[in-house]
Amino acid sequence: MLEFFNINKRIGILPNASEHGPLVDHMLEVCHWFMLALFVGWTTYFFIAIWKFHKSRNPKADYHGVRSHASTHIEFSVVLIEAVLLLGFALPLWGKRVNDIPQTGDKLEVRCIAYQFGWYFHYTGTDGLFGRQNMRFLSNANPLGIDPNDENGKDDFVTTNDLHLVNHKPTVVRVSSRDVIHGLALHQMRIQQDAMPGMEIPQWFRPIKTGTWEIICAQLCGQGHYQMRATYTVEEQKDFDAFQKEALDLKAANSPNVASAAPAVPVIAENK
Amino acid sequence: MEIPYTVAPRPDTGLANPKLGIWLFLASEVMLFGGLFSAYIFLRIGADPGYWPKGLLNVPVGALNTVILIASSVTVVLAWASLKMRKLSAYKLWMGISILCGAIFLIVKLAVEWPQKFEHFGAFIKKDMLAKYEPYLGNDYIKEKNAKGGTPIDPRVEISGHLHEVVVDASATDRPKFDAFLKLHHLEAKPDEHDSKLLAIKGEHFSPAVAEMIDRLPGIKLESFHIGLDPINADPTSPESDKPHFWFKNPTDKHGKIDRADVSFFSAFAPKHSSYFAIYFTITGLHGLHVLAGVIVMFYFWLPIEGGTKMFRRNPEQLANRVEVVGLFWHFVDLVWIFVFPIFYLL
Amino acid sequence: MAHAHDSHDHGHDDHHELGFWRKWVFSTDHKIIGLQYGVTGLIFLMFGFMLMMLMRWTIAHGASTPIPFGGGMLNMVMGDDMVSKSGIISSNAYNVFGAMHGTIMVFFGIVPVAFAAFGNYVMPLQIGAVDMTFPRLNMASFWSFFISCVIMVASFFVPGGAAKSGWTSYSPLAGLADSDLAYGAQPGMFHLLMNGQTLWIIGMVFNITASLLGSVNFIATIVQLRAPGMTWMRMPFFCWAIFITAYLLLLAFPPLEAAAIMQLMDRVAGTSFFMPTGLILNGQPAPFSGGGSPLLWQHLFWFLAHPEVYVLILPALGMITEIIACNTRKPIWGYKMMVGGIFCLAFLSFIVWAHHMYMTGMGAKVAGFFQTTTIIISIPSVILLTALLLSLWGGSIRFNVPMLFATAFLPMFGIGGLTGIPLAFNAVDLYLHDTYYIIAHFHYIIAPGTIFAIFAGVYHWYPKATGRMMNETLGRLHFWGSLILMNCVFMPMFLQGMTGVHRRWYDGGEVYKQTVESVLHWNSFISTSAWLLGIAQIPFIINFCMSMFVGKKVTSDNPWDATTLDWQTPTPPPHGNFIKELHVYRGPYEYSVPGADKDYTPQTEEHISQPAPVATPVLTPAPAH
Ligand code: HEA
Ligand code: HEA
Ligand code: CUA
Ligand SMILES: [Cu+2]
Repeated sequence: MLEFFNINKRIGILPNASEHGPLVDHMLEVCHWFMLALFVGWTTYFFIAIWKFHKSRNPKADYHGVRSHASTHIEFSVVLIEAVLLLGFALPLWGKRVNDIPQTGDKLEVRCIAYQFGWYFHYTGTDGLFGRQNMRFLSNANPLGIDPNDENGKDDFVTTNDLHLVNHKPTVVRVSSRDVIHGLALHQMRIQQDAMPGMEIPQWFRPIKTGTWEIICAQLCGQGHYQMRATYTVEEQKDFDAFQKEALDLKAANSPNVASAAPAVPVIAENK
Repeated sequence: MEIPYTVAPRPDTGLANPKLGIWLFLASEVMLFGGLFSAYIFLRIGADPGYWPKGLLNVPVGALNTVILIASSVTVVLAWASLKMRKLSAYKLWMGISILCGAIFLIVKLAVEWPQKFEHFGAFIKKDMLAKYEPYLGNDYIKEKNAKGGTPIDPRVEISGHLHEVVVDASATDRPKFDAFLKLHHLEAKPDEHDSKLLAIKGEHFSPAVAEMIDRLPGIKLESFHIGLDPINADPTSPESDKPHFWFKNPTDKHGKIDRADVSFFSAFAPKHSSYFAIYFTITGLHGLHVLAGVIVMFYFWLPIEGGTKMFRRNPEQLANRVEVVGLFWHFVDLVWIFVFPIFYLL
Repeated sequence: MAHAHDSHDHGHDDHHELGFWRKWVFSTDHKIIGLQYGVTGLIFLMFGFMLMMLMRWTIAHGASTPIPFGGGMLNMVMGDDMVSKSGIISSNAYNVFGAMHGTIMVFFGIVPVAFAAFGNYVMPLQIGAVDMTFPRLNMASFWSFFISCVIMVASFFVPGGAAKSGWTSYSPLAGLADSDLAYGAQPGMFHLLMNGQTLWIIGMVFNITASLLGSVNFIATIVQLRAPGMTWMRMPFFCWAIFITAYLLLLAFPPLEAAAIMQLMDRVAGTSFFMPTGLILNGQPAPFSGGGSPLLWQHLFWFLAHPEVYVLILPALGMITEIIACNTRKPIWGYKMMVGGIFCLAFLSFIVWAHHMYMTGMGAKVAGFFQTTTIIISIPSVILLTALLLSLWGGSIRFNVPMLFATAFLPMFGIGGLTGIPLAFNAVDLYLHDTYYIIAHFHYIIAPGTIFAIFAGVYHWYPKATGRMMNETLGRLHFWGSLILMNCVFMPMFLQGMTGVHRRWYDGGEVYKQTVESVLHWNSFISTSAWLLGIAQIPFIINFCMSMFVGKKVTSDNPWDATTLDWQTPTPPPHGNFIKELHVYRGPYEYSVPGADKDYTPQTEEHISQPAPVATPVLTPAPAH
């Protein structure tokens, strides 16, 4: 029954699957009720006014017009409600988004690197640490240029357009881009983050439902923008482990032994 | 139909039209240069350590230009005052000097400062290759010095100087086409003394811009640069090099070789060289256009024509107003320079 | 009677007949320049409309259905890569249409019409000025604008077509587009200067210059050329709106000009103002120095573009106010408050810009600041709208065509404005950013808002400019068609946006079917409504063009019985505008003054003209009208 009066649902909000999502939805819902109240109130007034004061019904205008102070009260309450929305909901919510990024503890961390037109997802593998990157290692097999000599990078793996997350595990996505600006939109997680080249911006959330959904690119990024589709899957830990194992096996099978690739840094002889 | 208040001020606002107009225009100019200066701040704050070059501009020349511009602001006021006192010949003298100052400023900028930059070569070394060029960069020395305290010195990431020649591997190219290219740019190619498979290219008009072109030629692999090092790279561990020097110093005869593979980016000291030169050329270029516009308008008011000194006989007050307006503009241009000089030359 | 035509020849001995070119083309008369701006702007509105119809085609029909007609022509203009011979629009072409629809509508349609055209034509009349303060500057402004128009149109004809990086022109995309470094580009495909994205910048520089020249002129005119007795608080609200708008343009545009110069340097001189270090383009490390910042562009762009949205709305509010006062036959409620309101709006509009950048990784403090200012800025808007709504109360409302558009403006602006409120909150914007919710938000303000105000203004001032009325029936047809269809176009966009339909989708969402399937069917409904909306404009175009020749002639210089000075001139106003000495004695909206014998008391009337048998002694005989 209450569902019926949920404006967000009425107008088709996507299902939520993240822990903080209800806060976002709730706030949007309050906004919508507030807007609806103002709209209905003013529109009613508006129609009464244009009907009542039509020339045919009111041939002589009143120089003074409205004398009551109702409007002041309405304006004041608008201010009040907006202040409550802002101070009570919006600011704390955003504070939590950017300040409470999980630093330690049990969390999943993924680097999301956008390119024209797709996403690389760089996982830490089993050790929870990302390997160093260097452009000189860039190749088709190693699109992110992960340094093969770096211990932390040994168990890293990269997927394309396929993001896997663990249900109930706090997740930090570190979003960046290799070329132009893209946007990472995970609507069921109630998360969006622009992928800015030259920056790596963290966003975090905690999935609470399993499922597979679409990742939408939320910034115009060129001719393939409209089809820069990727998917993300929230699954239980054991499924994720299986996925990780498979990815690591694949990596081991594909990559030649590169341990000897270490480029020693030569030193130029001092010229005369 | 006559538009009121073109000369005399409107009593209740106390302003004549042109004066209000120029103030409004200057307000928008403040925002224009404000936008550029905030870009400067934004870029400078965002620059990685070492990537905001210092001491590459010619401070004495810049200081000279500053003096010239300030002087011209004074003479413009004197020109206006002469008109107010109805002294035409004094006006002509002072205005003439102002115009001359503006012109000298531009000449110094365009004939001395800028060309010097376009000839200068700089190559940024890849971050993981800096150690290889330690003899040119002296980063260990800097580290040591910084550890001792005092004003910290930024790490050095660029080797600069005068580009003498480049060595290329031309084995994969279409030779006649390449020769035509060399001819077109008056370059000569000789086998390299160390490796006869490679070609050393140089020429009378060899410039960083030509090196960029060579770098982009299909089939050509640029191997290395040979440059006459700037003092700072010639002797990086000398305390002399710790801070930017005041007088401009030419590149030394000391020779340096940089491998292309270790270079992340190279160019002349042109706008594309770095954020620093990009914003330097953009702001000084735009400022130069303003100086040019001011000079043209002042010249117009100085010529014996209807809009210029001929107006003196008909309506001296109107001419004085015009000079006041251009004077305000001129002061603004001056003011911009007073910001430009320290932030680019000194800081 | 139209005494205009017989009387305006005396007293004008300094008035030489100008040749055709000086009179109509290179004119310095503010009215001619206003008309030039108006006609050019309307044509560009239509142009923007047509670009939108092309976009709506691929949105509704997916990526591979050729357009039913005009495909061959588009193919000729834009080349095979963009539009195929059979008329299939490529995604690049879609991006061109989108970017140019936004650019043209905002900078070449609405601002020229609402601000430059009405400001030029009406404002000097309303304050009782003979012309603008700097007539030649005014002409320079129009011609600079005209050059920018030519450049923008020409940019469609160069290889690769016009700008394709959104009206926001975000770097690095806009820095790379149409260059060798663009995605999938072959070296040598694009000319260094003659390519869409570069021409866009150059066009914008001319456009900005035109706006700056214009706004200096508007401010100077209002400050200097008000007629005797026209004190600040006796100025019609429209003049206030123009005054404030001019300030917004004057101070907000230059940073964009600076940014445009920097983007031009990036594209032409190879600098990296907006290019960060370490880009990888087409699999290769980018061949430039790096060290720049894409955020810098966004800051400079939105520092302009937020004030710009108030530039789009303030002149509209001004026109609406004039028309509502005139047609309710009563003073505006809270005139002083409204003036105060737009002052606050203008001031605040300079400190809210980053609400367009919530998703770029903003810290809690910065986000808190911009959320707060954005919420505060909605308050003056509420005050303005409240004042206008309350002004209806007690009126004797005449629903002529201008008034229909003006009244419809109010709830439409209300919808657009109210849906701005959730966007103002960073956390909610997490969900709504970049969706059609935003498209609907601002189109509600601009299309059934500002465009309606423009229509209202055209119907209202047309008789002054031409001496003939526009046709009422065609006008009503135009009104109802537009009102209904605009809502059919934009209302479903809220639903789509809520369900995650994002902006700038070439195929309207086919690719993301899994997410948005439930609202995809709206695409063709919206598109059909949009094309019908085009048809609904035909009565207007006919009316506009034909009424000049066949419209009912006005029988008085003041056909609407209005109070402001613009109606105290001959019709159409001659060079120099006024033929009698002007003095202003009262506020702008003295309608239905108690005790007066007619329901309007023009600003020039020294004494309220009273019906003969009254108790109070009549001081001086009121000057005959
Ligand atoms: C004329 C143009 C215009 C105007 C006036 C506004 C007004 C407002 N806008 Fe809008 N906005 C745009 C044009 C405009 N906007 C455009 C073009 C974009 C997208 C740009 C792009 O990305 O391409 C945008 C985007 C945009 C965003 C960014 C969204 C995003 O990209 O994520 C935000 C966020 O805060 C925002 C907020 C607001 C707010 C709070 C107002 C407030 O000023 C609104 C205040 C008004 C009210 C609160 C109405 C009050 C009315 C009543 C109380 C009475 C109701 C009466 C009846 C119903 C009869 N706008
Ligand atoms: C002033 C601004 C303005 C105006 C008026 C409009 C008007 C309209 N716009 Fe647009 N729009 C933008 C500014 C504007 N738009 C911007 C900034 C964007 C974002 C671009 C981007 O993504 O970068 C956008 C994007 C945009 C999109 C999203 C595209 C996408 O994201 O992929 C859509 C989709 O439907 C759309 C539709 C429409 C429609 C149906 C109208 C209709 O309302 C049109 C109504 C117009 C008229 C009714 C004009 C009629 C006038 C005449 C016919 C003149 C008569 C002539 C004479 C008498 C000579 N617009
Ligand atoms: Cu990537 Cu849009
Ligand atoms: Cu805004």
